[in-house]
Amino acid sequence: MNWESAGHFWAMGGYGFYVWGSYAVTAALIAAELYLVARRMRAARELAVRDARLARMDAGKRSST
Amino acid sequence: MPDSPLSATRPTSSGFSLFHYASPQTFFPLAGKLLWPSWLIAIALTIAGLYTGFFIAPTDATQGDSYRIIFIHVPAAWMSMVVYLAMAFWCAIGLIFNTRLSFMMSSALAPTGAMWAFVALWTGALWGKPTWGTYWVWDARLTSELILFFLYCGYMALQAAIDDPRRADRAGALIAIVGAINVPIIYFSVKWWNTLHQGASVSLTQSPSMASTMLTGMLLMALAAWAYTIGIALVRVRAIMIERERNTEWVSRLADAQGDTQA
Repeated sequence: MNWESAGHFWAMGGYGFYVWGSYAVTAALIAAELYLVARRMRAARELAVRDARLARMDAGKRSST
Repeated sequence: MPDSPLSATRPTSSGFSLFHYASPQTFFPLAGKLLWPSWLIAIALTIAGLYTGFFIAPTDATQGDSYRIIFIHVPAAWMSMVVYLAMAFWCAIGLIFNTRLSFMMSSALAPTGAMWAFVALWTGALWGKPTWGTYWVWDARLTSELILFFLYCGYMALQAAIDDPRRADRAGALIAIVGAINVPIIYFSVKWWNTLHQGASVSLTQSPSMASTMLTGMLLMALAAWAYTIGIALVRVRAIMIERERNTEWVSRLADAQGDTQA
């Protein structure tokens, strides 16, 4: 085991700022990317559902007249 | 049953076709099935890689614990180059075979590639400060990686700026393919020029110049980055398929099915 205590672990031998600065920003970017991609997928699905519904209504109108 | 003239030219259902999954409507469900395996593998490998990197790999004799940045820096730098080559590959396929899915794959990869390039630069800066005494130098390795980041941004900006998707694809393909020349420049920059950046710690021709537990942690994280990239690109390519093919029959059918379950 490398670390005597949690304090030693977070200190990273005096390099805590650099090590955790690297990991934190990477984690934040990945979290942001996952959020944005999920949002894009949801928006695309909603748009497609709306378009399909409009197309069906359009077809219904045409057949009734 | 008499043979119709058409059936002779049509491929039989048992015959495997390389282009079977080249159309969005057949690739869409396949991509969906590959999603969860990608996420699970990415999570498992990240846990294993971080555990190895922080709890098994020893403190470095010369760099202390600052070297632990390597577990994201090197995988991110590798992925930034691999993703760019994959983008250029899909663009070339798209130009040659005129397959619309190829260009969607390329668009789906770009933001993730840009993210990896940024992560490589960011972690490199934070690693450079304690080891070199500076966050940034204009040396060949760092500068060419920065250019890679700008190429990703240029590709995305150009695609966003052109309304017609077919023209946007072709313009983007030009950047992706011409810019690919930068990837070997990044890779060999530490050999060709006298750089502050160290040479490759891992190469195919020499045994690695680092402790085996450090290497194991780094490779686990590299594989995790692969799995994550595949997963996120699959989700994005599915979103792009729906966006672009919204008014086609297969998306309408899909949307109808979803609209019914929501109602």
